[in-house]
Amino acid sequence: MSPLDPRRFRRAHGPEFPPSESLEGPLLEVTDLHTRFRSGAGWVRAVEGVTFTVGRGRALGIVGESGSGKTVLTRSIMGLLPTTGVERSGTVCLSGHDLTAMAPSVLRHLWGTEMAIIFQDPGTALNPVVRVGRQVTESLRKRLGLDRSEAHQTALALLTSVGIAAPEERMRSYPHELSGGMRQRVMIAIALACGPRLLLADEPTTGLDVTVQAQILDLLAAAQLQRSMALVLVTHDLGVVADRTDEIAVMYAGRIVEQAATADLFAHTRMPYTEALMRSIPQLADPSHTRLRAIPGRPPDLSTVEPGCRFAPRCPYVQDRCRAQVPPLRTAGPGHRFACWYPVSSPEGEEALARNVAAGVPAAVAFTGAPERRP
Amino acid sequence: MTGSGTAALRGEDALLRVEHLVVEFGRGPHRVRAVSDVSFDVMAGETLGLVGESGCGKSTTGRALSQVVPPDSGSVRFDGVELTELSGRALRQARTKVQMVFQDPISSLNPRRRILEAVAEPLAMWRVGSKAERRQRAEQMLEAVGLDPGVVGRRRPTEFSGGQCQRISIARALMLEPKLLVCDEPVSSLDVSVQAQILNLLDDLKRSHGLTMVFIAHDLAVVKNVSDRVAVMYLGKLCEVSSPDDLYRSPAHPYSEALLASIPQVDPASGHRSPALSGELPSPTDPPSGCRFRTRCPRAEERCAVEEPELRPVGVQHYVACHFPLARPAAPAET
Amino acid sequence: MVFWVCAAWVGAMVLLAVVASALPLKGPNFQDYSSVNVGPSLHHLLGTDDLGRDLLSRVLYGSRVSLVIGFASIALGLVVGGTMGLVAGYRGGVADSVLNAGSFVLLAFPPLLAIMVVEAFWGRNLWKLTLIFAVVAAPQLFRVIRATTLACAQRDYVVAARSMGATTRRILLRELLPNVAPAAASFALIGVAVAIVIEGSLAFLGLSISLPTASLGNIVNSGVQNGNLQANPFIALWPSLYIFLLLTALNLMGDRLRSRYDVREVNV
Repeated sequence: MSPLDPRRFRRAHGPEFPPSESLEGPLLEVTDLHTRFRSGAGWVRAVEGVTFTVGRGRALGIVGESGSGKTVLTRSIMGLLPTTGVERSGTVCLSGHDLTAMAPSVLRHLWGTEMAIIFQDPGTALNPVVRVGRQVTESLRKRLGLDRSEAHQTALALLTSVGIAAPEERMRSYPHELSGGMRQRVMIAIALACGPRLLLADEPTTGLDVTVQAQILDLLAAAQLQRSMALVLVTHDLGVVADRTDEIAVMYAGRIVEQAATADLFAHTRMPYTEALMRSIPQLADPSHTRLRAIPGRPPDLSTVEPGCRFAPRCPYVQDRCRAQVPPLRTAGPGHRFACWYPVSSPEGEEALARNVAAGVPAAVAFTGAPERRP
Repeated sequence: MTGSGTAALRGEDALLRVEHLVVEFGRGPHRVRAVSDVSFDVMAGETLGLVGESGCGKSTTGRALSQVVPPDSGSVRFDGVELTELSGRALRQARTKVQMVFQDPISSLNPRRRILEAVAEPLAMWRVGSKAERRQRAEQMLEAVGLDPGVVGRRRPTEFSGGQCQRISIARALMLEPKLLVCDEPVSSLDVSVQAQILNLLDDLKRSHGLTMVFIAHDLAVVKNVSDRVAVMYLGKLCEVSSPDDLYRSPAHPYSEALLASIPQVDPASGHRSPALSGELPSPTDPPSGCRFRTRCPRAEERCAVEEPELRPVGVQHYVACHFPLARPAAPAET
Repeated sequence: MVFWVCAAWVGAMVLLAVVASALPLKGPNFQDYSSVNVGPSLHHLLGTDDLGRDLLSRVLYGSRVSLVIGFASIALGLVVGGTMGLVAGYRGGVADSVLNAGSFVLLAFPPLLAIMVVEAFWGRNLWKLTLIFAVVAAPQLFRVIRATTLACAQRDYVVAARSMGATTRRILLRELLPNVAPAAASFALIGVAVAIVIEGSLAFLGLSISLPTASLGNIVNSGVQNGNLQANPFIALWPSLYIFLLLTALNLMGDRLRSRYDVREVNV
């Protein structure tokens, strides 16, 4: 039996979770999750009514920019929020168990063993004064009750499995002696150490070189396959989720504005934000000096509450209704939800766009590539 | 150590001509050659894209152009003047024609200074015009970058977003009417939806102010979009120099190909990609002998460890530093 | 808000100390044997001590010594040590290494002992003490300002200023100084508090300004001797209370200053 075989792991403490084989229903169910922070200016509504599910072994990509609430979402799901000044409502169910109703002491046992998270900046996520080896074996010994030599062997196997050459040496190094890519691999090794069923990856490759990024993403995909692990990949880069996820959810201003199977999202985009995002990114296949279709304005400020759709100020299709009423999530096809009154490729959407272009609305004009007027 | 060679240089009339540039850091065993004998030129009105990953020396090259980081050897010839020979007041004056835009927009503005003051600062430094005139020009420049001076003028940088701060930095950089604008990863730390705005802005300003640009980035798609010419760097050396379309269609250097293959494609229907580059970046204090890329190159042979490749032409205005470059496709590829 | 309340308090204390001689008070050394150990009353707002001297007057005159030594020594240390820190932090190189090493040497001396030794040889009057304190404070201020300068000098706006053709002097004064000043000011304010405590401790030991000149520390000293603590606790109370309030105000000011300027940078 390989040292990494999940069947070797005995839970040292904590509630007994049913083994994955007997699981029915989705692995992760998030229902109407709201999270808000108290700040000087009032409440910052980071997550507003997010609902989605992740099946066992599936990969969900969550795409959003700054101000979309995606990072707070991952921490909300894990329960890694500060204790004061934060309000969370809604439910998060892992294998049918409601995490939001659990006491923190119980929840803590699940971290690492059932669900794990990896963060954006491996430099700050690793303890700079503790050797790498100890950081990996720490969770093995605490969570799984392995003794020192067992933990050491397992850690070596883990580091090799994440593609670190000369693992013995690396175990004795400190985080600052490793490159960014290697630190991220170590973080992944730590996260995978206890064989979690769900991995939340919060911008795991931002800040890494593009060749290293490809390696890390391949690594995550391989780990997912080997362990039948579910993956939630949070990023601002549409390209990263494009062919590594089964489903993509697009977030804007704390809400999911579109969710679909990956191929569907690109082929049949409905939400204007998704469409505008795709069009504003420079594509390698475009000839050089292609004029980019920029989205005017800035990502929204989560501390203010606006009536209506939050994308309205920047939307090429915006109409009065959008500014007054928040569009609900509607279904467009199997597994495809979106929230828009005048969606892309629909008769009312096309009309709305044409009207806006004629009226000279800046977002519409920029979108269609017509000569820009000074704002 | 031989350099990448000067084959890619086009002529004496280039606005910027860099020859055999070497920049080193550190002392003793930690001495690193961040830039190892790099030569390139930029014609007036052109945008040169300098692309590569961390540790390749592109940022250092950018800073060495205006002598902010003094080169250890080599020549930087700008507008007919040899910058490395200048010092003191002459250097400071020459610098005004080479301005920079930085990666972190918020850190490139003094947090204790108001926006209008910050933008007018270059003129105040050189005592150009009266206070009122400086103020007026600063206001005009803020408008040119899409900001309302009445709204932003009296505030401080901390009150603004990354995209807005970048606009302010660009406005400030243009105050002294530079001929060359060196942009060091100007959009890397901005939101995706804001990146396009800034790229469009740079394009507009380039045309309206007649600028020449050196655009440094790690994102090949962005570089391809803005550049007239692209130079790929690896571990302090030039690998390939060509036009952006040519580089994409037929990369000649294995590293360029690996870079292109690693870039996540937004269109999932674009097909299967070749596997990512293996291995880690070698330590810059002890780079591999001969060709620096050979430790990760699928095509490396004995010759690569012994002899360092120099830039040589493989197509029209397309140069590569490799002993075994990739073959060009026989027929023009469909894009 | 808290900052301004404390600043107002400190300002008021300084003002009182400055105009002490103009106030309608008996002199600090005027002994009135008819009112010995009188409690707070209309004639003597804080009472009198065992020699009939007005305590309010003694405290105010005594505070002059503390305030002068506290503020002047830190100001001097700031000017000398701070300037060196600014230049060393920005320029680096040999000068920086030398100054750095020098500051370590000076910091190795325990301050209280060093002051006592020097004044034993050199003598003590107000200005000599101020100078000695300044020399002790300078290396600390040097280090703090050097560290802040190092952090600021890495920021892109300094590089931007250089690429615009700024001279070193301009960068130091217009780019670095405004950003280093808040950290320096907050540290300096706390430094003033420390200096006042050290002076007070020395005075309590009888090693500061010689009697009969009033200094807060030696008022406290006389207040605990000769059975005064039981007979008239006010003698020891008022100067102690004064020092306590002054130090609290200075510490709060320094702390508020630091948090206001630090947080801005961190949030961004």
